[in-house]
Amino acid sequence: MQPTLPLFYSFNFYVFGIVAIIAALLFVTRKSPVAAALWLVTTMFALAALYIMMDAQFIGAIQVLVYAGAIMVVFLFVIMLLNLGDPSEVADARGRGWKLVAAAIGVALLAQIFALTRAHVQPAIPPGYLARQIQYTGVLAPVAGPLFNEYLLAFEVTSVLLLAAVVGAVVLGRRRTAVEEATDAR
Amino acid sequence: MLAEALFFSAVLFTIGVVGVLTRRNAIIVFMCVELMLNAVNLSFVAFAQVYGVAGQVFVFFVMTVAAAEAAVGLAIIIALFRHRQTVNLQDINLLKG
Repeated sequence: MQPTLPLFYSFNFYVFGIVAIIAALLFVTRKSPVAAALWLVTTMFALAALYIMMDAQFIGAIQVLVYAGAIMVVFLFVIMLLNLGDPSEVADARGRGWKLVAAAIGVALLAQIFALTRAHVQPAIPPGYLARQIQYTGVLAPVAGPLFNEYLLAFEVTSVLLLAAVVGAVVLGRRRTAVEEATDAR
Repeated sequence: MLAEALFFSAVLFTIGVVGVLTRRNAIIVFMCVELMLNAVNLSFVAFAQVYGVAGQVFVFFVMTVAAAEAAVGLAIIIALFRHRQTVNLQDINLLKG
């Protein structure tokens, strides 16, 4: 963490965290899918700021590029493609019973997670170790090292996963040919 | 900062769960799942400060899986919309007994 500006650091940390939570609340309450998607982008930007403040600069950059830049753009494309921009078209929110159940589950979940986060954490590395490592080797090396040594197998398997996802998306998304329609009709 | 980050992560995850339970638009439900993934990523990055950089590597993999999931999931939603002209989950009840 930043030893020189602790107050400034924690102030900014809280600001971005609260921005993330407020944007997430606005995201789940918006009727229009486009507005919801844009609030989710705001949440992701705030999270990217939090990542950068927690010595994960590379992850923060990837968060902006991949999540806010690529995945959310795909979501917005699909919303536009299906012409779902009009909020009145779908009676979206569920009824009161569902909302009560959801609130109860939410409170229970929050209580459980709080109980878990209060558990004592035994640090495995000295405080500020990551920041010093970044100072010596740069931002990328601490992430890239384990990625291509310890986790190389997982990295390679990921490429197979991406190939499967590309093929699956093309197969699911294409239009059926006339021949297939005829075969099904028979 | 670990406790604060875990607090933010818990709140964001719960917002995502409540969103999945209360919304009926398939695309918004899907975005709520992305929000939950993001909340977990925040915990990973926070713990990476205490337990070493493996947490950040794992966030990298979670993002890859999320990208694959978004591509396939949105293709399914498009196929569903072509078939039924709706993405309202209440109207998609073929398996309902």
